[in-house]
Amino acid sequence: VASEHAHLAHHFDDLDQQNESLSLGMWVFLVTEVMIFGGLFAAYTVYRHLYPAAFSYGSGRLNWKLASVNTLVLISSSLTMALAVHGAQVGSRRTLVRCLVLTIVLGVAFLVIKGFEYAEDVHEGLVPAPGYFHVEAGSGLDANQVRQLRLFLALYFCMTGLHALHMVVGMGVLACLALLARRDRYSPEYHAPVEMAGLYWHFVDVIWIFLLPLLYLSGTH
Amino acid sequence: MAHHVVRPRTYLLVFAALIALTALTVGASQIDLGGWHLTVGLIFAVAKATLVVLFFMHLWYSSRLTWVVALSGAVFLGILIFLTMNDYLTRGWPSGL
Repeated sequence: VASEHAHLAHHFDDLDQQNESLSLGMWVFLVTEVMIFGGLFAAYTVYRHLYPAAFSYGSGRLNWKLASVNTLVLISSSLTMALAVHGAQVGSRRTLVRCLVLTIVLGVAFLVIKGFEYAEDVHEGLVPAPGYFHVEAGSGLDANQVRQLRLFLALYFCMTGLHALHMVVGMGVLACLALLARRDRYSPEYHAPVEMAGLYWHFVDVIWIFLLPLLYLSGTH
Repeated sequence: MAHHVVRPRTYLLVFAALIALTALTVGASQIDLGGWHLTVGLIFAVAKATLVVLFFMHLWYSSRLTWVVALSGAVFLGILIFLTMNDYLTRGWPSGL
């Protein structure tokens, strides 16, 4: 009961009510995040419908192998994140810190692989910017479809870029949590920040789960 | 219910299912599906996202209110895409007028 008082804000009846409010607030935030990405998903849907050939060609040009490996990396990081929350719940500081660090390492691995992929895109002329964009003669696309391909690539960079930005933010949060966890700031009674960061990290994973088929796996090879 | 402790075994099973579904998605994208790649890919993605949301994000063990808020995200995204496509898909109807 003593530890309950230490972490219970005065406007809540008990810790259960406080935790319920925290996770509800986090879910509301995540719904607003769904709508941020939703604008991009809606734009993708419209232009995929209007320009199926160019989008299919563009998807086929992206590196699905690196993206698939990255999917496995990100799913693994979600597992370590879930295990970190479990460590906090059962009061194992060692599990918590180790799993948080492992999650960050997997996040770094994801971004490094993504970096290699972007470098390859630059090399292949798949960046929709003057001087960086070119399509070989054998692509089979007409002048309009080449413009539509640029639209696909713009959406690709916006969607993966916004996703990567979310990962960077998430890794910053996890690094803070790992430092605080090392100082024994979390207990089975109080570890709400770990749970909330977990929700955010899994959400970022869910976004990527949809980016994989939309951007990489729906092309003509 | 705010502090339901999920067993690591459950997490590992969900993880295995996610890996298997990813392998299936990638496998399906490499065979000829006659233009159904995107649809098939999205079906697998919805299955994977559901697993992550229910178990990694603990929605399965959460209150009804949390369920409503979480589902509202999917509903609003659905409204956004449905109404937008409602416009694009029906432009030029009725044809010839």
